[in-house]
Amino acid sequence: MSVTFSPRSLTQPGPVRTAAGFALAALVLFGIAPAFLSDFRLGLLGKFLCFAIVAVGIGLAWGRGGMLTLGQGVFFGLGAYIMAMHLKIADAQLREDSVPDFMQIAGIRELPAYWVPFTSPFVAILAILIVPALVAALLGLGVFKRRVKGAYFAILSQALAAAFAILLVGQQSTGGSNGLNRFRTFFGFELSDPVNKRMLFFIVAAILLLVVAATRQLMQSRYGELLVAVRDQEERVRFLGYDPANIKVVAYTVAAFFAGIAGAMFVPIVGIISPADIGIVPSIAFLIGVAIGGRSTLLGPVLGAIGVAWAQTALSENFPSAWTYAQGLLFIVVVGFFPAGLAGLATVWRRRRRSRPAPPADDVPAATTELEPAR
Amino acid sequence: MNAPVYGGNAGMASDYLEIRDLRVTFDGFHAVDGVNLTLLQGDLRFLIGPNGAGKTTLVDAVTGLVPATGSITKSGIELVGKKTHKIARLGVGRTFQTASVFEELSVLQNLDIAAGAGRSPWQLLRRRKDVLPEIEEALETIGLSAHRDTPAGILAHGQKQWLEIGMLLVQNADVLLLDEPVAGMSGDEREETGRLLRRIGAQRTVVVVEHDMDFMRAFATSVTVLARGKVIADGTVEEVQNDPQVQEVYLGTAAAVGSDGTDTFQEA
Repeated sequence: MSVTFSPRSLTQPGPVRTAAGFALAALVLFGIAPAFLSDFRLGLLGKFLCFAIVAVGIGLAWGRGGMLTLGQGVFFGLGAYIMAMHLKIADAQLREDSVPDFMQIAGIRELPAYWVPFTSPFVAILAILIVPALVAALLGLGVFKRRVKGAYFAILSQALAAAFAILLVGQQSTGGSNGLNRFRTFFGFELSDPVNKRMLFFIVAAILLLVVAATRQLMQSRYGELLVAVRDQEERVRFLGYDPANIKVVAYTVAAFFAGIAGAMFVPIVGIISPADIGIVPSIAFLIGVAIGGRSTLLGPVLGAIGVAWAQTALSENFPSAWTYAQGLLFIVVVGFFPAGLAGLATVWRRRRRSRPAPPADDVPAATTELEPAR
Repeated sequence: MNAPVYGGNAGMASDYLEIRDLRVTFDGFHAVDGVNLTLLQGDLRFLIGPNGAGKTTLVDAVTGLVPATGSITKSGIELVGKKTHKIARLGVGRTFQTASVFEELSVLQNLDIAAGAGRSPWQLLRRRKDVLPEIEEALETIGLSAHRDTPAGILAHGQKQWLEIGMLLVQNADVLLLDEPVAGMSGDEREETGRLLRRIGAQRTVVVVEHDMDFMRAFATSVTVLARGKVIADGTVEEVQNDPQVQEVYLGTAAAVGSDGTDTFQEA
């Protein structure tokens, strides 16, 4: 089920097309979307963009690195809860209370020690950037150095997501299964103000563009080539003098870093974070968009994640119970029949159109029918 | 230093690999049972023996893939107990029975990765722009200059093996362990590979694990025969060929190997 892509694609498209692509994306995100979408729809799109940021990281770690990251909810959750804790403390300080509202109800009179550092906005932001990545790096070193891979790695990462969600459900001091919600301000800005909501959307859109640009550089660098080599022939890479574990840890850490930022932005945009947003089911849901869009491509995961999240919203508005089935079916069909995702289908279609006037298709060796990423 | 010769062509100052009392045991089975070997630079050494003699296991032990006891030193540095990638960085390279190139990457990308084990993180994060001179040279040596942008997956079988050898060259390996490099190759490809081995063997320590006796006779400068995990003979092709113990081992297995002839030591 290996997803293939042509080596040429690592150097294509050229700088002009890339710049044009980013300009187009910026136009859509900063111009068209806010002009045509209601505040409610724009908020929804902002939430989808958070999922897209997670998806870019999964595309790197899974599509290019071969690590089936079934537990990105952990890193998403770490980023989200750190942000939520800071927002709750800031809200309490505005009301001149010593603890957030839900703690008062639960009878907690004093801010728990592990909350205290997140009183400072700088510490909170720093922690969002560092903690998920650090956890992933340590975990990755422990796992990959021991040569745990394939299904074992996937099961392990999924178990971790389950454990993290269960841990949070039992924690009174993070709101238990209700999670943290009802945020009033975001670094001093009223969250109920439509202007500020719009600003949040712009921030997450800018982050997505930065994340895509950084991942593009990673994929096209020597490191990106090495990552594909590790995915396909890990042992061979070892005999060339590299430690494949280090190469995998980097991609895994970057994916966690992105997921943490996405989680942090999810909180003010959606207004709630609870264990239900970070456990097994959401962790798998992160993956579905990536698989459907095309996991080894740069933009496939972004478009797949946004598309699936949009379809979910649209379908569950009209047929509340149908979505779960549709999602499962879609996943099975894509994984079973189009392992390269829609990006792969697009390439096949493009190639067919191009090669129609060409001489017999039998001439083409089997291995050249590989799939290029969508551009 | 033009061609590989028996005993090496670089004298005592040369790089070499010294294996002393090497043992590899799997669940009580002695796959490699006290092997002593001295491999010299500029000596194209063939390692032969019946199936299950421990040839590949010996290569695995040298490259750190299986745990071993005893001693393997390369120019005075002990290799036993070191990790695979550390051994590779010390200049020990190997190929596998089935070519294991990175099929989705181009020939050039394959070679670039092989040349890059010492790169800094900063270099890794940048794009590959120009072709390193040593890669250009290796492309020439292995005859794949015209295929540099071809995905390695669609190369012919022989070309894949040459690419693997090219990867060892740019990796800067001076001890090359090749596991059945001509298996499945056509006659012309074998001839080509033999000449390639002669070319690269002049300045390196090359060990070829091989079943093809014709190929061995044509290109080996020295031969080591392994049977049941032990070295039973060591010397030039003629010396080994006339060794009664070797004849016995090969006659003993010839019946089992059957009529394909590749394992039969004596010429018909």
